[in-house]
Amino acid sequence: MALALPDLAPDYTLRTVALGAMLLGLSSGVVGTYAVLRRESLLGDAMSHAALPGIALAFLLTHSKESALLLAGAVAAGWLGALLVSAITRTTRVKLDTALGLILSVFFGFGLVLLTFIQKQPDASQAGLDRFLFGQAASLLRRDVMVMGAGTVAVLLAVLLLWKEFKLLVFDPDFARVLGLRVRLLEVILTSMIVLAIVVGLQTVGVVLMSAMVVAPAAAARQWTDRLGLMVLLSALFGVVAGMSGALISSLTPRLPTGPTIVLAVSGLVLVSLLFAPNRGLVWNWARERGRRGQVRAEGMLRQLAALAEHHGSLEHGHPSAVLRASGWSPEQVEHVLHDLESAGYVRQVGADRWAITAAGMARVRPAAEAENAGDAPARPAASGTEVTGEGQP
Amino acid sequence: MTDRHNGKVPAVEVQDLTVAYREQPALWDVDLTVPSGVLLAIVGPNGAGKTTLLKAILGLLRPVAGQVLVFGQPVEQQRRRISYVPQRGSVDWDFPTSVLDVVMMGTYGELGWIRRPGRRERERALAALDQVGMRELSDRQISQLSGGQQQRVFLARALVQDADIYLMDEPFQGVDALTERAIVTLLQQLRAQGKTVMAVHHDLQTVPEYFDWVMLLNVRRIACGPVTEVFNEQNLRLTYGGRFAMAAFAREVEEAAPAIVTPDRSRSGGDDHGTGAA
Repeated sequence: MALALPDLAPDYTLRTVALGAMLLGLSSGVVGTYAVLRRESLLGDAMSHAALPGIALAFLLTHSKESALLLAGAVAAGWLGALLVSAITRTTRVKLDTALGLILSVFFGFGLVLLTFIQKQPDASQAGLDRFLFGQAASLLRRDVMVMGAGTVAVLLAVLLLWKEFKLLVFDPDFARVLGLRVRLLEVILTSMIVLAIVVGLQTVGVVLMSAMVVAPAAAARQWTDRLGLMVLLSALFGVVAGMSGALISSLTPRLPTGPTIVLAVSGLVLVSLLFAPNRGLVWNWARERGRRGQVRAEGMLRQLAALAEHHGSLEHGHPSAVLRASGWSPEQVEHVLHDLESAGYVRQVGADRWAITAAGMARVRPAAEAENAGDAPARPAASGTEVTGEGQP
Repeated sequence: MTDRHNGKVPAVEVQDLTVAYREQPALWDVDLTVPSGVLLAIVGPNGAGKTTLLKAILGLLRPVAGQVLVFGQPVEQQRRRISYVPQRGSVDWDFPTSVLDVVMMGTYGELGWIRRPGRRERERALAALDQVGMRELSDRQISQLSGGQQQRVFLARALVQDADIYLMDEPFQGVDALTERAIVTLLQQLRAQGKTVMAVHHDLQTVPEYFDWVMLLNVRRIACGPVTEVFNEQNLRLTYGGRFAMAAFAREVEEAAPAIVTPDRSRSGGDDHGTGAA
């Protein structure tokens, strides 16, 4: 991907930004899969917000704007936030969502206070820390991208090496412990990976929107597949695509911020996935539900016609569609279903608005009817069914 | 896994085990000795601590007091010899994976860090699926399984471990009659191989038919021993409280059990337990 970029993006800044955005999408897409499957999507949100005071403190202590240093502060604060969340849920009766909300707001509030304090200082070199709030991709340097690349490589290595461990940890941690796996250690590694992925994206997307990059690609990927491996790949791909397209779009449009554009791009992917993915997509479900309802309706109508035919003792006798308007179906619905049944060969039109069931329709309906009253009299309905059908056959 | 214990060292030994959730004791001073090679049912009312007992034996919970020995050693040193079939509802069945993949998880312990399961592990998982009659569903996504099939997947995952002790949490919960039969047959095969099974069980009527040992538990241990000796009305009443319905039901069990058991037993091939209840 890095090789293809020079033609795509001759401009040095854009190349750096696009590469950074892709790395961000890659790492958060991979890590997000596990966070989403563990139902810990909001852990990412809490940790990214918690990173802000770490950045501010790192600056206050060193007065350096070196991003590696600031990001180290972010890692430490993010980690502390995660530790506190786990400590709170384990030692008190506070539930996970409450603990996450607490840590998020307390840390973020503290971070904002520190940021304001820093901005009021006479020192001129303080400017620019607020870029971590919403991200400022244009300020990315090649060196920053190298740091991001290192973080991404670490995340990918961990997933590759600990593939089966993480899978079991997410699916059934108790069983993992029974097998003798070091569940605590694995959890620490997984949390570290989330922190790393967040830090990779902080400069581009900022602490406020970063959690979208953790949650969205994975949520979109889940819609398309039922295999973990494929889900991780798709999630990474979605993250990369969103990162790259967000970077390109914002570079082509003046005054469009990169980070939010990336988040919008990934949201678009989620929307498409929620709607159109096979099996899980809403449109798919809607169509399936509709098909099922139509089938039930057709079945019911066929049954009515069969009952009418048996009542008259003839398949030749046609019945007006008004007779079939049971259970509140509109005339259009009745008409529609009748035409469907006709094209399937189960009914035929014997006159103007006169309908009769065919032998094939009879054969389709009656076995089901037999099965239904098989309990009380298995022999009789079968006999009467064949009788009527026989009459209609030439 | 080759060495057999001929009843010398108990498979599981629990001493003075007390577990509490926020001051409320879930298990109180429980002693338990399970000899090797028995099928043990753990029965007791809701909230009696049955699942807690299994989890404490497995080292998933930290007890307030007491100790657990598995073949005479702490469970941490016997991981390879003990396996677990958790309740079906304990995991998210919408997890994106296949039946075969879940069963192969049973091999992760012996594989150790980083190594992935290979062809050998695959074959073993397929063999285990054969044992529970699920081989043809090995590629199926786990969210498409019925309750009974989920249960059998968990059993297969435990079988793959080839352990000596199997702890099962309600293996018969929500399965149809056919699956129940299959699981009972499996339990008997395990016993024939000298394995030990401890299963949380809810259906008092089938205890004498399916198991040869029983533990009656209600936070405290009420009784534990061969079904013929301890599965009686008095112990059941102590376990389930003086509730009229339960006491009446217990009597019904004692009277009905031999009658129910006999026709089934002739089919499943001659066990020697359960007759003493009448």
